[in-house]
Amino acid sequence: MADVTMTVNGKTVSKTVEDRTLLVQFLREGAGLTGTHVGCDTSQCGACVVHVDGKAVKSCTMLAAQAAGSEVTTIEGLASGGELHPVQAAFREHHGLQCGFCTPGMIMAAVDMINRLGGPLDEATIRAELEGNICRCTGYHNIVKAIAAASAEMAGVRTAAE
Amino acid sequence: MYETTYHRAESVADAATRLAGAEDGKLLAGGQTLLPTMKQRLAAPSDVIDLTHIADLKGIAETGGGVRIGAATTHAEVAGSEIVKRLLPGLAALAGHIGDPHVRHRGTIGGSLANNDPAADYPSAVLALGAVIHTYTRQLPAEEFFAGMFETALDEGEIITAVEFPAATASAYAKYPNPASRYAMAGVFVARLGDGGVRVAVTGAGQDGVFRHEGMEQALAGNFAAEALDGIAVDADEMLSDIHGSAEYRAHLVTVMAKRAVAACG
Repeated sequence: MADVTMTVNGKTVSKTVEDRTLLVQFLREGAGLTGTHVGCDTSQCGACVVHVDGKAVKSCTMLAAQAAGSEVTTIEGLASGGELHPVQAAFREHHGLQCGFCTPGMIMAAVDMINRLGGPLDEATIRAELEGNICRCTGYHNIVKAIAAASAEMAGVRTAAE
Repeated sequence: MYETTYHRAESVADAATRLAGAEDGKLLAGGQTLLPTMKQRLAAPSDVIDLTHIADLKGIAETGGGVRIGAATTHAEVAGSEIVKRLLPGLAALAGHIGDPHVRHRGTIGGSLANNDPAADYPSAVLALGAVIHTYTRQLPAEEFFAGMFETALDEGEIITAVEFPAATASAYAKYPNPASRYAMAGVFVARLGDGGVRVAVTGAGQDGVFRHEGMEQALAGNFAAEALDGIAVDADEMLSDIHGSAEYRAHLVTVMAKRAVAACG
């Protein structure tokens, strides 16, 4: 067993877990944060994407013990004070979700790509950056539209703030 | 996943000691292959020794005539490195198209090379550029490192510490990725070296893993242009054949990817 402590959405979480515990299990079963989903369980679908020390990773392909000492952000940590994150708001506005299963991973991947690349992002870039996320409902079109809109809005906000 | 014991190594020496003390230990670099394999119960190491917190194994530095990349450096770090982009743009582009963004944030160059997947991208760059693989105990030239599918010259427990690439006059990589896995069905790295020589290494297609194509190298040394590859045969008998593509299809892809890589060298 391993004593694992990490910061999740700004709060310290400590659990004693089996060494083989995946980060996604730690988050869902240990921290009770079930917004992060397990889709394929074979490291392909991206439903489990969270940010570890500011970088998007597949939490089904990382041991909780590997993330000990790290800062983890999940979908539950994006909104601030009841106000949706711009990417969350854009997914609602542009109908970027249907069944919703892939949505947490899509949104965490989208926030990561906007953080890395800035905005506004073009369609080709967004589609290439979504290679690690699979959706079986929407055919991606509205997801791409939502990310494009959010990246433009966030770039505008940044410019306005400067 | 079967039970295992996790170790976070503090140094290369610490990792070697922990590995030697384990009943059936495995080194955990980025984990993007090892962990999925463990989840499928195709691997069941008694212990996993995490190398990614060892400071000595990280980072990218310009050396006298090239680039030294620490073994625990991630694909995203290589892809984004200003040093790599300037000296070896083909290597930066290769790293930026491994797997997907999330995999690139975890996967490492040392892990990829130690695993030597026949469809992995890095082996082609290492072989084409004539890189040297540094381990805890010795240095291995690329020519001696790769030893067939999933096989390398590494001894039991030997740990890769860094990879040293010589600078090239031009370098480029072109791959045809499997649409589902993003692994190369054929990937070709072309390097023009300072001495005027050209080296061509192919991954994803060969039955024995990565290989150099000397016919292409000679043709390109005489005329560094895509059309110089017209009529250069790629032997289908030496290609992989599986549900994703026949040997003949892969042989054809190798030439197409080689031409694209030459064109991308500019």
